[in-house]
Amino acid sequence: MKKLSLLSLLLLVVRRDLVLAMRRRADVLTTLFFFVMVVSLFPLGVGPEMDMLRKMAPGVLWVAALLASMLSLGRLFSADYLDGTLEQMLLAPQSLSVLVLGKMVSHWMVSGLPLVLMTPVLGLQFDMSVDAIGVLMLSLFLGTPILSMVGAIGAALTLGLRGGGVLLSLLVLPLCIPVLIFGTGAVQAVTSGLNVSSHLSLMGALLILALAFTPWVTAQALRISME
Amino acid sequence: MAINWFKYSAPTTFYPLAGRLIPWFAISSAILFAVGLYIGFVVAPADATQGEFYRIIFIHVPSSIISMFLYLIMAGYAALGLIFNTRLSSMMASAIAPTGALFAFISLWTGALWGKPMWGAWWVWDARLTSELILLFLYLGFIALHASIDDPRRADRAAALLAIIGSVNVPIIYFSVKWWNTLHQGSTIKYSGTSMHIAMQQAMFTMLAACWLYAVAVALARVRSIILEREKNTKWITELAEVK
Repeated sequence: MKKLSLLSLLLLVVRRDLVLAMRRRADVLTTLFFFVMVVSLFPLGVGPEMDMLRKMAPGVLWVAALLASMLSLGRLFSADYLDGTLEQMLLAPQSLSVLVLGKMVSHWMVSGLPLVLMTPVLGLQFDMSVDAIGVLMLSLFLGTPILSMVGAIGAALTLGLRGGGVLLSLLVLPLCIPVLIFGTGAVQAVTSGLNVSSHLSLMGALLILALAFTPWVTAQALRISME
Repeated sequence: MAINWFKYSAPTTFYPLAGRLIPWFAISSAILFAVGLYIGFVVAPADATQGEFYRIIFIHVPSSIISMFLYLIMAGYAALGLIFNTRLSSMMASAIAPTGALFAFISLWTGALWGKPMWGAWWVWDARLTSELILLFLYLGFIALHASIDDPRRADRAAALLAIIGSVNVPIIYFSVKWWNTLHQGSTIKYSGTSMHIAMQQAMFTMLAACWLYAVAVALARVRSIILEREKNTKWITELAEVK
Protein backbone atom coordinates (compact mmCIF):
# COMPACT_ATOMS: atom_id res chain seq x y z
CA MET A 1 0.00 0.00 0.00
CA LYS A 2 1.25 3.43 -0.88
CA LYS A 3 2.09 5.57 2.12
CA LEU A 4 0.34 8.92 2.02
CA SER A 5 1.71 12.04 3.61
CA LEU A 6 -0.73 13.96 5.79
CA LEU A 7 -0.96 16.84 3.35
CA SER A 8 -1.67 14.66 0.34
CA LEU A 9 -4.23 12.77 2.42
CA LEU A 10 -5.89 16.06 3.31
CA LEU A 11 -5.93 17.16 -0.33
CA LEU A 12 -7.30 13.79 -1.38
CA VAL A 13 -10.26 14.04 1.02
CA VAL A 14 -10.91 17.67 0.06
CA ARG A 15 -10.89 16.80 -3.64
CA ARG A 16 -13.11 13.77 -3.14
CA ASP A 17 -15.72 15.74 -1.19
CA LEU A 18 -15.61 18.61 -3.67
CA VAL A 19 -16.17 16.22 -6.57
CA LEU A 20 -19.08 14.66 -4.71
CA ALA A 21 -20.53 18.11 -4.00
CA MET A 22 -20.15 19.14 -7.64
CA ARG A 23 -22.06 16.05 -8.73
CA ARG A 24 -24.96 17.34 -6.63
CA ARG A 25 -24.88 21.05 -7.27
CA ALA A 26 -28.45 21.47 -6.06
CA ASP A 27 -27.38 20.91 -2.45
CA VAL A 28 -24.80 23.67 -2.67
CA LEU A 29 -27.20 26.07 -4.31
CA THR A 30 -29.98 25.37 -1.81
CA THR A 31 -27.81 26.60 1.04
CA LEU A 32 -26.86 29.71 -0.88
CA PHE A 33 -30.47 30.46 -1.83
CA PHE A 34 -31.55 29.90 1.76
CA PHE A 35 -28.98 32.49 2.85
CA VAL A 36 -30.12 35.01 0.24
CA MET A 37 -33.77 34.41 1.02
CA VAL A 38 -33.47 34.77 4.79
CA VAL A 39 -31.50 38.00 4.37
CA SER A 40 -34.08 39.34 1.90
CA LEU A 41 -36.95 38.55 4.25
CA PHE A 42 -35.67 40.93 6.92
CA PRO A 43 -36.45 44.20 5.12
CA LEU A 44 -39.93 42.82 4.40
CA GLY A 45 -40.34 42.01 8.08
CA VAL A 46 -39.02 45.17 9.69
CA GLY A 47 -39.74 47.81 7.05
CA PRO A 48 -37.71 49.52 4.35
CA GLU A 49 -36.12 52.40 6.36
CA MET A 50 -32.54 52.52 5.09
CA ASP A 51 -31.03 53.83 8.34
CA MET A 52 -32.33 50.92 10.32
CA LEU A 53 -31.44 48.37 7.65
CA ARG A 54 -27.89 49.68 7.42
CA LYS A 55 -27.54 49.24 11.17
CA MET A 56 -29.05 45.77 11.15
CA ALA A 57 -27.20 44.45 8.11
CA PRO A 58 -24.16 42.85 9.80
CA GLY A 59 -26.31 41.05 12.36
CA VAL A 60 -28.82 39.88 9.79
CA LEU A 61 -26.14 38.58 7.44
CA TRP A 62 -24.28 36.85 10.22
CA VAL A 63 -27.35 35.17 11.71
CA ALA A 64 -28.44 34.10 8.23
CA ALA A 65 -24.97 32.65 7.62
CA LEU A 66 -25.18 30.79 10.95
CA LEU A 67 -28.55 29.29 10.03
CA ALA A 68 -27.44 28.43 6.50
CA SER A 69 -24.38 26.61 7.77
CA MET A 70 -26.54 24.68 10.29
CA LEU A 71 -28.72 23.64 7.37
CA SER A 72 -25.86 22.10 5.44
CA LEU A 73 -24.11 20.50 8.43
CA GLY A 74 -26.44 17.51 8.46
CA ARG A 75 -24.97 16.44 5.12
CA LEU A 76 -21.37 16.58 6.36
CA PHE A 77 -21.18 12.95 7.47
CA SER A 78 -24.61 11.49 6.72
CA ALA A 79 -24.00 10.32 3.13
CA ASP A 80 -20.71 8.67 4.08
CA TYR A 81 -22.38 7.17 7.14
CA LEU A 82 -25.23 5.67 5.14
CA ASP A 83 -23.10 4.07 2.41
CA GLY A 84 -20.48 2.77 4.85
CA THR A 85 -17.61 5.00 3.69
CA LEU A 86 -17.33 6.55 7.13
CA GLU A 87 -16.76 3.14 8.69
CA GLN A 88 -13.90 2.55 6.26
CA MET A 89 -12.46 5.96 7.17
CA LEU A 90 -12.52 5.02 10.84
CA LEU A 91 -10.77 1.74 10.07
CA ALA A 92 -8.21 3.38 7.78
CA PRO A 93 -4.61 3.44 9.03
CA GLN A 94 -4.42 7.18 8.29
CA SER A 95 -5.19 9.78 10.94
CA LEU A 96 -8.93 10.22 11.34
CA SER A 97 -8.38 13.83 12.47
CA VAL A 98 -6.81 14.71 9.13
CA LEU A 99 -9.62 12.98 7.23
CA VAL A 100 -12.12 14.95 9.30
CA LEU A 101 -10.21 18.18 8.70
CA GLY A 102 -10.40 17.51 4.98
CA LYS A 103 -14.15 17.08 5.20
CA MET A 104 -14.41 20.32 7.20
CA VAL A 105 -12.38 22.23 4.62
CA SER A 106 -14.45 20.98 1.71
CA HIS A 107 -17.66 21.63 3.64
CA TRP A 108 -16.56 25.21 4.16
CA MET A 109 -15.61 25.62 0.50
CA VAL A 110 -19.03 24.36 -0.52
CA SER A 111 -21.25 26.02 2.08
CA GLY A 112 -19.24 28.86 3.66
CA LEU A 113 -17.26 30.36 0.82
CA PRO A 114 -20.29 30.96 -1.48
CA LEU A 115 -21.91 32.95 1.34
CA VAL A 116 -18.80 35.11 1.69
CA LEU A 117 -18.76 35.74 -2.06
CA MET A 118 -22.49 36.56 -2.07
CA THR A 119 -22.14 39.05 0.79
CA PRO A 120 -21.30 42.20 -1.30
CA VAL A 121 -24.54 41.90 -3.27
CA LEU A 122 -26.63 41.53 -0.14
CA GLY A 123 -24.65 44.26 1.61
CA LEU A 124 -25.59 46.66 -1.20
CA GLN A 125 -29.25 45.74 -0.73
CA PHE A 126 -28.85 46.98 2.83
CA ASP A 127 -27.04 50.12 1.67
CA MET A 128 -23.84 49.28 3.50
CA SER A 129 -20.72 51.34 2.82
CA VAL A 130 -17.87 49.77 0.86
CA ASP A 131 -15.63 49.72 3.94
CA ALA A 132 -18.29 47.96 5.98
CA ILE A 133 -18.87 45.39 3.26
CA GLY A 134 -15.16 44.71 3.07
CA VAL A 135 -14.90 44.15 6.83
CA LEU A 136 -18.06 42.05 6.81
CA MET A 137 -16.61 39.84 4.08
CA LEU A 138 -13.36 39.52 5.97
CA SER A 139 -15.14 38.63 9.20
CA LEU A 140 -17.31 36.05 7.41
CA PHE A 141 -14.21 34.71 5.68
CA LEU A 142 -12.55 34.16 9.06
CA GLY A 143 -15.75 33.11 10.84
CA THR A 144 -17.54 30.68 8.53
CA PRO A 145 -14.72 28.08 8.76
CA ILE A 146 -15.20 28.14 12.55
CA LEU A 147 -18.90 27.45 12.05
CA SER A 148 -18.06 24.49 9.80
CA MET A 149 -15.53 23.14 12.29
CA VAL A 150 -17.57 23.55 15.47
CA GLY A 151 -20.64 22.36 13.61
CA ALA A 152 -18.79 19.21 12.55
CA ILE A 153 -18.58 18.18 16.22
CA GLY A 154 -22.34 18.49 16.52
CA ALA A 155 -22.86 16.67 13.21
CA ALA A 156 -20.67 13.82 14.44
CA LEU A 157 -22.46 13.60 17.80
CA THR A 158 -25.95 13.56 16.26
CA LEU A 159 -25.03 11.14 13.47
CA GLY A 160 -27.93 8.86 12.57
CA LEU A 161 -30.30 10.18 15.23
CA ARG A 162 -33.98 10.89 14.77
CA GLY A 163 -34.56 14.61 14.34
CA GLY A 164 -30.81 15.10 14.16
CA GLY A 165 -31.06 18.36 12.24
CA VAL A 166 -32.92 20.35 14.87
CA LEU A 167 -30.91 18.79 17.68
CA LEU A 168 -27.72 19.71 15.83
CA SER A 169 -28.73 23.38 15.77
CA LEU A 170 -29.66 23.24 19.44
CA LEU A 171 -26.20 21.92 20.32
CA VAL A 172 -24.08 24.02 17.99
CA LEU A 173 -25.71 27.46 17.97
CA PRO A 174 -24.85 28.34 21.61
CA LEU A 175 -21.23 27.38 20.95
CA CYS A 176 -21.10 29.72 17.95
CA ILE A 177 -22.16 32.85 19.85
CA PRO A 178 -18.61 34.25 20.27
CA VAL A 179 -18.10 34.06 16.50
CA LEU A 180 -21.32 35.96 15.94
CA ILE A 181 -20.36 38.62 18.49
CA PHE A 182 -16.87 39.27 17.10
CA GLY A 183 -18.07 39.07 13.51
CA THR A 184 -20.78 41.68 13.87
CA GLY A 185 -18.64 43.68 16.32
CA ALA A 186 -15.99 44.18 13.66
CA VAL A 187 -18.50 45.66 11.22
CA GLN A 188 -20.04 47.89 13.88
CA ALA A 189 -16.55 49.07 14.79
CA VAL A 190 -15.74 50.11 11.24
CA THR A 191 -19.05 51.93 10.75
CA SER A 192 -18.51 53.91 13.96
CA GLY A 193 -14.94 54.75 12.96
CA LEU A 194 -13.17 52.49 15.44
CA ASN A 195 -10.30 50.11 14.90
CA VAL A 196 -11.45 46.73 13.64
CA SER A 197 -8.21 44.87 14.23
CA SER A 198 -9.11 43.76 17.77
CA HIS A 199 -12.30 42.01 16.68
CA LEU A 200 -10.65 40.43 13.68
CA SER A 201 -7.63 39.34 15.76
CA LEU A 202 -9.92 37.62 18.25
CA MET A 203 -11.75 35.98 15.39
CA GLY A 204 -8.44 34.80 13.97
CA ALA A 205 -7.50 33.45 17.40
CA LEU A 206 -10.76 31.52 17.55
CA LEU A 207 -10.08 30.17 14.06
CA ILE A 208 -6.64 28.91 15.05
CA LEU A 209 -8.04 27.41 18.26
CA ALA A 210 -10.80 25.66 16.30
CA LEU A 211 -8.32 24.47 13.68
CA ALA A 212 -6.15 22.93 16.39
CA PHE A 213 -8.79 21.15 18.44
CA THR A 214 -12.02 20.56 16.52
CA PRO A 215 -10.71 17.90 14.06
CA TRP A 216 -9.51 15.80 16.97
CA VAL A 217 -12.70 16.30 18.99
CA THR A 218 -14.83 15.51 15.93
CA ALA A 219 -12.82 12.34 15.37
CA GLN A 220 -13.54 11.31 18.98
CA ALA A 221 -17.22 12.13 18.51
CA LEU A 222 -17.32 9.98 15.36
CA ARG A 223 -15.75 7.08 17.23
CA ILE A 224 -18.40 7.43 19.95
CA SER A 225 -21.21 7.55 17.41
CA MET A 226 -19.96 4.68 15.27
CA GLU A 227 -18.97 2.12 17.88
CA MET B 1 -5.18 -1.01 56.71
CA ALA B 2 -5.83 -0.53 53.05
CA ILE B 3 -8.73 1.74 52.27
CA ASN B 4 -10.69 0.88 49.18
CA TRP B 5 -11.11 4.34 47.66
CA PHE B 6 -13.33 3.03 44.92
CA LYS B 7 -15.77 1.19 47.14
CA TYR B 8 -18.60 3.60 46.40
CA SER B 9 -17.83 4.00 42.70
CA ALA B 10 -20.01 1.00 41.88
CA PRO B 11 -23.79 1.44 41.63
CA THR B 12 -24.27 -1.63 43.86
CA THR B 13 -22.64 0.04 46.85
CA PHE B 14 -23.55 3.62 46.00
CA TYR B 15 -27.27 3.00 45.76
CA PRO B 16 -27.79 2.18 49.47
CA LEU B 17 -25.27 4.86 50.52
CA ALA B 18 -27.18 7.49 48.56
CA GLY B 19 -30.39 6.27 50.14
CA ARG B 20 -28.93 6.78 53.62
CA LEU B 21 -27.47 10.21 52.77
CA ILE B 22 -30.55 11.76 51.15
CA PRO B 23 -32.55 12.38 54.39
CA TRP B 24 -29.56 14.13 55.99
CA PHE B 25 -29.07 16.46 53.05
CA ALA B 26 -32.79 17.05 52.62
CA ILE B 27 -33.49 17.83 56.29
CA SER B 28 -30.49 20.10 56.76
CA SER B 29 -31.41 21.86 53.53
CA ALA B 30 -34.98 22.46 54.77
CA ILE B 31 -33.71 23.80 58.11
CA LEU B 32 -31.21 26.13 56.43
CA PHE B 33 -33.88 27.33 53.99
CA ALA B 34 -36.12 28.23 56.94
CA VAL B 35 -33.28 30.00 58.77
CA GLY B 36 -32.03 31.77 55.65
CA LEU B 37 -35.48 33.01 54.65
CA TYR B 38 -36.12 34.20 58.20
CA ILE B 39 -32.88 36.17 58.33
CA GLY B 40 -33.41 37.42 54.79
CA PHE B 41 -36.98 38.61 55.21
CA VAL B 42 -37.14 39.60 58.89
CA VAL B 43 -33.69 40.28 60.32
CA ALA B 44 -31.88 41.86 57.37
CA PRO B 45 -32.54 45.61 56.98
CA ALA B 46 -33.85 47.20 53.79
CA ASP B 47 -31.16 48.26 51.36
CA ALA B 48 -30.18 51.93 51.21
CA THR B 49 -30.76 52.30 47.47
CA GLN B 50 -32.80 49.28 46.42
CA GLY B 51 -35.33 49.21 49.29
CA GLU B 52 -37.09 45.91 49.81
CA PHE B 53 -36.56 44.71 46.25
CA TYR B 54 -33.02 43.61 46.92
CA ARG B 55 -34.27 40.66 49.02
CA ILE B 56 -34.67 38.65 45.85
CA ILE B 57 -30.88 38.25 45.77
CA PHE B 58 -31.18 35.73 48.58
CA ILE B 59 -32.47 33.24 46.03
CA HIS B 60 -31.05 34.86 42.88
CA VAL B 61 -27.37 34.88 43.82
CA PRO B 62 -27.24 31.30 45.24
CA SER B 63 -29.05 29.88 42.21
CA SER B 64 -26.73 31.71 39.80
CA ILE B 65 -23.62 30.51 41.62
CA ILE B 66 -24.89 26.95 41.82
CA SER B 67 -26.04 26.80 38.21
CA MET B 68 -22.51 27.68 37.09
CA PHE B 69 -20.72 25.34 39.48
CA LEU B 70 -23.09 22.48 38.71
CA TYR B 71 -22.16 22.71 35.03
CA LEU B 72 -18.49 22.26 35.89
CA ILE B 73 -19.30 19.41 38.30
CA MET B 74 -21.50 17.80 35.67
CA ALA B 75 -18.77 18.14 33.04
CA GLY B 76 -16.27 16.73 35.55
CA TYR B 77 -18.38 13.65 36.18
CA ALA B 78 -19.03 13.30 32.45
CA ALA B 79 -15.28 13.47 31.77
CA LEU B 80 -14.60 10.83 34.43
CA GLY B 81 -17.20 8.60 32.82
CA LEU B 82 -15.71 9.15 29.37
CA ILE B 83 -12.09 8.61 30.42
CA PHE B 84 -12.37 5.79 32.95
CA ASN B 85 -15.58 4.29 31.60
CA THR B 86 -17.18 4.26 35.06
CA ARG B 87 -20.93 3.82 34.86
CA LEU B 88 -21.73 5.76 38.01
CA SER B 89 -19.95 8.95 36.88
CA SER B 90 -22.05 9.17 33.74
CA MET B 91 -25.18 8.52 35.78
CA MET B 92 -24.20 11.34 38.17
CA ALA B 93 -23.68 13.70 35.21
CA SER B 94 -27.15 13.02 33.84
CA ALA B 95 -28.61 13.26 37.37
CA ILE B 96 -27.08 16.71 37.90
CA ALA B 97 -28.13 18.21 34.54
CA PRO B 98 -31.84 18.87 35.30
CA THR B 99 -31.00 20.47 38.65
CA GLY B 100 -28.44 22.71 36.97
CA ALA B 101 -30.96 23.71 34.32
CA LEU B 102 -33.53 24.40 37.04
CA PHE B 103 -31.15 26.70 38.93
CA ALA B 104 -30.20 28.51 35.72
CA PHE B 105 -33.89 29.03 35.04
CA ILE B 106 -34.59 30.24 38.60
CA SER B 107 -31.66 32.61 38.32
CA LEU B 108 -33.03 34.09 35.08
CA TRP B 109 -36.57 34.24 36.42
CA THR B 110 -35.68 35.96 39.68
CA GLY B 111 -33.32 38.22 37.77
CA ALA B 112 -36.22 39.33 35.57
CA LEU B 113 -38.39 39.94 38.64
CA TRP B 114 -35.62 42.05 40.15
CA GLY B 115 -34.85 43.84 36.90
CA LYS B 116 -38.38 45.16 36.39
CA PRO B 117 -38.46 47.46 39.46
CA MET B 118 -34.71 48.25 39.44
CA TRP B 119 -33.87 48.70 35.74
CA GLY B 120 -37.45 49.21 34.53
CA ALA B 121 -37.25 46.23 32.19
CA TRP B 122 -37.87 42.51 32.58
CA TRP B 123 -34.94 41.68 30.39
CA VAL B 124 -31.89 43.59 29.25
CA TRP B 125 -29.17 42.27 26.98
CA ASP B 126 -26.52 42.48 29.62
CA ALA B 127 -23.46 40.25 29.65
CA ARG B 128 -24.30 38.26 32.75
CA LEU B 129 -27.92 37.72 31.85
CA THR B 130 -26.97 36.64 28.37
CA SER B 131 -24.28 34.24 29.53
CA GLU B 132 -26.68 32.74 32.09
CA LEU B 133 -29.18 32.26 29.26
CA ILE B 134 -26.51 30.57 27.15
CA LEU B 135 -25.67 28.37 30.14
CA LEU B 136 -29.32 27.30 30.23
CA PHE B 137 -29.08 26.50 26.49
CA LEU B 138 -25.99 24.38 27.15
CA TYR B 139 -27.81 22.43 29.87
CA LEU B 140 -30.79 21.92 27.57
CA GLY B 141 -28.48 20.77 24.77
CA PHE B 142 -26.88 18.21 27.10
CA ILE B 143 -30.27 16.92 28.24
CA ALA B 144 -31.67 16.88 24.68
CA LEU B 145 -28.68 15.02 23.24
CA HIS B 146 -28.79 12.47 26.07
CA ALA B 147 -32.52 11.97 25.62
CA SER B 148 -32.42 11.48 21.86
CA ILE B 149 -29.88 8.63 21.86
CA ASP B 150 -31.45 5.29 22.70
CA ASP B 151 -28.31 3.37 23.59
CA PRO B 152 -27.44 4.62 27.12
CA ARG B 153 -23.72 3.97 26.65
CA ARG B 154 -23.50 6.04 23.49
CA ALA B 155 -25.77 8.68 25.07
CA ASP B 156 -23.43 8.98 28.07
CA ARG B 157 -20.32 9.28 25.95
CA ALA B 158 -21.76 11.70 23.38
CA ALA B 159 -23.28 13.93 26.07
CA ALA B 160 -20.00 13.80 28.01
CA LEU B 161 -18.08 15.08 25.01
CA LEU B 162 -20.64 17.86 24.58
CA ALA B 163 -20.36 18.82 28.26
CA ILE B 164 -16.57 19.00 28.02
CA ILE B 165 -16.73 21.16 24.88
CA GLY B 166 -19.29 23.33 26.64
CA SER B 167 -17.11 23.84 29.70
CA VAL B 168 -14.15 24.79 27.49
CA ASN B 169 -16.42 27.21 25.67
CA VAL B 170 -17.97 28.80 28.76
CA PRO B 171 -15.07 31.22 29.46
CA ILE B 172 -14.87 32.19 25.77
CA ILE B 173 -18.61 32.85 25.69
CA TYR B 174 -18.47 34.70 29.00
CA PHE B 175 -15.74 37.10 27.92
CA SER B 176 -17.10 37.65 24.43
CA VAL B 177 -20.48 38.55 25.88
CA LYS B 178 -18.83 40.68 28.56
CA TRP B 179 -16.95 42.78 26.02
CA TRP B 180 -20.13 42.99 24.01
CA ASN B 181 -22.23 44.68 26.68
CA THR B 182 -22.19 45.18 30.44
CA LEU B 183 -24.88 46.65 32.64
CA HIS B 184 -25.19 44.17 35.52
CA GLN B 185 -23.86 45.40 38.85
CA GLY B 186 -20.52 43.92 39.82
CA SER B 187 -20.15 41.46 42.67
CA THR B 188 -20.63 43.04 46.06
CA ILE B 189 -18.71 40.30 47.82
CA LYS B 190 -15.09 40.40 46.83
CA TYR B 191 -12.02 38.74 48.29
CA SER B 192 -10.98 42.10 49.68
CA GLY B 193 -14.13 42.46 51.77
CA THR B 194 -17.67 43.61 51.25
CA SER B 195 -19.92 46.59 51.75
CA MET B 196 -22.84 44.36 52.70
CA HIS B 197 -24.65 44.42 56.02
CA ILE B 198 -23.75 41.44 58.22
CA ALA B 199 -27.33 40.10 58.35
CA MET B 200 -27.56 40.23 54.55
CA GLN B 201 -24.36 38.24 54.32
CA GLN B 202 -25.64 35.68 56.81
CA ALA B 203 -28.88 35.28 54.90
CA MET B 204 -27.07 34.94 51.58
CA PHE B 205 -24.59 32.35 52.79
CA THR B 206 -27.30 30.38 54.64
CA MET B 207 -29.40 30.32 51.50
CA LEU B 208 -26.36 29.32 49.44
CA ALA B 209 -25.70 26.39 51.77
CA ALA B 210 -29.39 25.44 51.72
CA CYS B 211 -29.44 25.45 47.92
CA TRP B 212 -26.27 23.35 47.77
CA LEU B 213 -27.71 20.78 50.16
CA TYR B 214 -30.92 20.73 48.14
CA ALA B 215 -28.97 20.21 44.91
CA VAL B 216 -27.02 17.30 46.45
CA ALA B 217 -30.17 15.68 47.86
CA VAL B 218 -32.03 15.95 44.56
CA ALA B 219 -29.08 14.72 42.51
CA LEU B 220 -28.69 11.70 44.79
CA ALA B 221 -32.39 10.91 44.61
CA ARG B 222 -32.28 11.19 40.83
CA VAL B 223 -29.17 9.05 40.50
CA ARG B 224 -30.91 6.35 42.52
CA SER B 225 -33.76 6.34 40.01
CA ILE B 226 -31.30 6.22 37.13
CA ILE B 227 -29.48 3.28 38.75
CA LEU B 228 -32.77 1.43 39.20
CA GLU B 229 -33.73 2.09 35.59
CA ARG B 230 -30.42 1.18 34.00
CA GLU B 231 -29.59 -1.86 36.13
CA LYS B 232 -33.10 -3.23 36.26
CA ASN B 233 -32.02 -6.52 34.73
CA THR B 234 -29.34 -7.23 37.32
CA LYS B 235 -29.71 -9.62 40.21
CA TRP B 236 -29.00 -7.17 43.04
CA ILE B 237 -31.79 -4.86 41.94
CA THR B 238 -34.35 -7.64 41.93
CA GLU B 239 -33.22 -8.52 45.45
CA LEU B 240 -33.76 -4.99 46.81
CA ALA B 241 -36.50 -4.72 49.43
CA GLU B 242 -38.20 -1.76 47.71
CA VAL B 243 -38.26 -3.57 44.35
CA LYS B 244 -39.75 -6.76 45.75
